[in-house]
Amino acid sequence: MAFTNDEVLAGLAELITDETGISADEVALEKSFTDDLDIDSISMMTIVVNAEEKFGVTIPDDEVKNLKLVGDAVTFITSNQA
Amino acid sequence: MSKTRIVVTGIGATSPIGGTAPESWSALLAGTSGARTLEHDWVEEYQLPVTFAAEALVRPETVLERPIAKRLDPSSQLALVAAQEAWADAGSPDVDPERLGVDFATGIGGVWTLLDAWDTLREKGPRRVMPMTVPMLMPNAAAGNLSLHFGARAYARTVASACASSTESIVNAMQHIRDGLADIVIAGGTESAIHPITIASFASMQALSRRNDDPAHASRPASIDRDGFVMGEGAGVLILESEEHAKARGAKIYATVEGGGVTADSYHITANDPEGTGAARAVRMALEAAGASPDDVTHINAHATSTPVGDPNEYTALHTVFGDRIDDIPVSATKASTGHLLGGTGALEAIFTILALRDRVAPPTINLTEQDPAVPFRLSGEAQSLGEGQQLAISNSFGFGGHNAVVAFASV
Repeated sequence: MAFTNDEVLAGLAELITDETGISADEVALEKSFTDDLDIDSISMMTIVVNAEEKFGVTIPDDEVKNLKLVGDAVTFITSNQA
Repeated sequence: MSKTRIVVTGIGATSPIGGTAPESWSALLAGTSGARTLEHDWVEEYQLPVTFAAEALVRPETVLERPIAKRLDPSSQLALVAAQEAWADAGSPDVDPERLGVDFATGIGGVWTLLDAWDTLREKGPRRVMPMTVPMLMPNAAAGNLSLHFGARAYARTVASACASSTESIVNAMQHIRDGLADIVIAGGTESAIHPITIASFASMQALSRRNDDPAHASRPASIDRDGFVMGEGAGVLILESEEHAKARGAKIYATVEGGGVTADSYHITANDPEGTGAARAVRMALEAAGASPDDVTHINAHATSTPVGDPNEYTALHTVFGDRIDDIPVSATKASTGHLLGGTGALEAIFTILALRDRVAPPTINLTEQDPAVPFRLSGEAQSLGEGQQLAISNSFGFGGHNAVVAFASV
């Protein structure tokens, strides 16, 4: 079953809240992980590992640095679903 | 030059008998046992020979905010909970960060994090092993996180000497303030190692009580029918401060830290020296540092784990120092109530010792049946009055590795 953009965004928001305590309402497509959400590299990797498990995708380490915005991550996940 | 006097201005504890230091103290005075049957699936799954322990009464992850708790092994969670209490109790002092230090201890470190990650690696592969695994399992995680949380930049040091660990960290803190490295030190220790691995290992060496049908009465130091210690879990934190600094800010003072002694047996990796030579030397060092004689000591919190061999060895060591007067000094063996917190035990017992001095009362030693003639300490199932006047007490801790640590406190 493929996840929709909205489902991926909601799922990511859940992982981000769990990891950082940031309210899910703050998590939006145009938000930068580092500049807006103040997520450090260890939290980012934790979120990536959890997202891989949650959405059944693989996010290569080289790709993580390209995921600047929450929207980048949503797009990557939805377009790389099995 | 006169020695800097060191005082205790804050205490915090999360233990098997209370979520705070005052709650733990009240429960101790009330004769409570923290030992309970373990309600985890792994007890049955691995057919553990010991099915009970003294787990922390309040789970630390229910006290801390989730994003903070998530980045900490349970041992560091307990440390932070106890440290927050101690810091607030000390009046959240306004201190130059470069004059605030951390001396912390653990016996084992992040064993839960390590073994959970091992399970993840085996079941799901390396990609699922979380990036925080190493910073959570490292033995200095508690010290580092306390430094981070309270802005301590003088230093953050960790000592690991098994069950002597957190008494040693208090002695180190005293010395570090005396050496001018800090004005205030967050000192103590923590442990969260009630895990199938540690239970299996301690049981395998015949160190644990097997009274599975009666956990509350299993830890019975000095009783003739004692059969081993009871694993405990928790943390204790003391805020140590130079008297000058404490008085300048008008801090409440619980007690003074008068001296400490740390020695090594070089006898056996787990058994303590039956002559108690190293332990006696640590007691003498602590008293000498305190400028006191054995005659000045009015209370002792014994290490007394409830093992068949350990308890008489401690008596022998103390008899060497105190002579027959040891039989007149009110002694408390508080592991009867709390179980053995390993790396957290010295700090918790230091807190009990300080409160004993404050309240002029030696807390009860529960579960005494018939006292072993080889361990004739003056113990009582009821609280014993220490009488009026100036009090000097010592708290003893001994650990695998042949570590002996003793700290002496005086009443104010």
